[in-house]
Amino acid sequence: MTGETIKGLVSIFLAAILTENYILSKFLGICPFLGVSKKLNTAASMSLAVTLVMVISTAVTWPIYYGVLVPNNLAYLQTIVFILIIAALVQLIEITLKRYMKPLYNALGIYLPLITTNCAVLGVTMLVIDKHTASPESFHFLQAIINAFGSGIGFLVAMVLFAGVRERLETCDIPKSLRGLPITLIAASLVSVSFLGFQGLVEGLLG
Amino acid sequence: MMELLFPVLLVAGIGLVAGLGLAIASAVMAVPKDEKAEAIQEMLPGANCGACGFSGCSGYAAALAKGEAKPGLCSPGGAEVAAEISAFLGLGGVDVEKKVAVVRCSGSEDYAGEKMRYAGIESCAAAVQLAGGPSSCSFGCVGFGDCVKACQYGAVEICSGVAHIDPARCKGCSLCVSACPKQLIALVPFRKQAVVRCSSCDKGAQTNRVCKIGCIGCMKCEKTCEFNAIHVKDFHASVDPAACTGCGKCAEVCPRHVIDLLSV
Repeated sequence: MTGETIKGLVSIFLAAILTENYILSKFLGICPFLGVSKKLNTAASMSLAVTLVMVISTAVTWPIYYGVLVPNNLAYLQTIVFILIIAALVQLIEITLKRYMKPLYNALGIYLPLITTNCAVLGVTMLVIDKHTASPESFHFLQAIINAFGSGIGFLVAMVLFAGVRERLETCDIPKSLRGLPITLIAASLVSVSFLGFQGLVEGLLG
Repeated sequence: MMELLFPVLLVAGIGLVAGLGLAIASAVMAVPKDEKAEAIQEMLPGANCGACGFSGCSGYAAALAKGEAKPGLCSPGGAEVAAEISAFLGLGGVDVEKKVAVVRCSGSEDYAGEKMRYAGIESCAAAVQLAGGPSSCSFGCVGFGDCVKACQYGAVEICSGVAHIDPARCKGCSLCVSACPKQLIALVPFRKQAVVRCSSCDKGAQTNRVCKIGCIGCMKCEKTCEFNAIHVKDFHASVDPAACTGCGKCAEVCPRHVIDLLSV
């Protein structure tokens, strides 16, 4: 592996976390972002489950897309096939974890089945295909996996940051009309705006 | 025709493979289930309140099935659930009495004052950090409702600055007991008995200064009681639930009207 590829991988990883954050820049996966970010530990468990599923589903959907769909001119079936595969895969992961990694299964708990229909997971698997189409020379399977992993970590960062914000909000004296969801959405938009500040950072860092 | 049929067959095929794969996987990697624990979990109320000391109903059921815990720890389920579980496990009868929580303070705004105006976080636990809370009585209810938030059954409410518990709704899970930073809430057996609505450990004169209804430790109730069930200790009366018959004589003689009978 050349220095250039490693540099490319690092830049993909950092970009997936900071500039292309799925929650805060692409606005996918807002449901868990608002739903399970009330406490730090639930937010972390959910994000770890999402990361795991993102990596494994990308590893499965990529070969199916390029091995089965593209040769048969069926690329337009991408969405429906990916949904099917991700749903089955999450169930399989759940069964496997329950059998072989009971502590991990207990830690991820209810969040694993919830991810079955999470749009951030579907988004990751579909957008890496777009990235490959955009630059076929430099974006391959390995880059796709790194991108999925980085997206999961980005999800974790956003969730943990926002859980911290919400735990602070709990003890604040909020005007009555803003209590509950309104103040949460305002806080979410502020966190999202702050992530816009990372635009161009990764390119600047790695040249 | 073929170009229509092929995509349908392909998607159906992927679905079939995935379905079969899952079916095989779930058969191969089936986890042996503890049927005993599952049956016990069915009997438990499913409130997951944690009153038994386990992580939830499933945790308690697992411990019961292994014989590591005794039936009867579940207070929301009470005697019925305890009897059902002990019968299922083949143990002897377990005597469990329904318990309810009572607030041992009645120093509402009409009786007790404020020693300062508190404008911080609206939580009892936070308020008591600041010079013991805003209430003039250092043993009294803070009134920000940590107990209300802890209760899963809507049995607690704050009326003019003091918590009240509805015995009919209370399941005796003791979550409010641990939520109260002043330790004012206690579990008592659910039957007719006297309850002293004050926990002030101040001397009578000091209690009188800060609260018009607080127990001053005059001993009248102790002298009146025929069953040796009420005693003045730490400058306030407390009832021994085991001895109290609920005759109500102490409540009649109390000059401060701080004793009342638990409504059953």
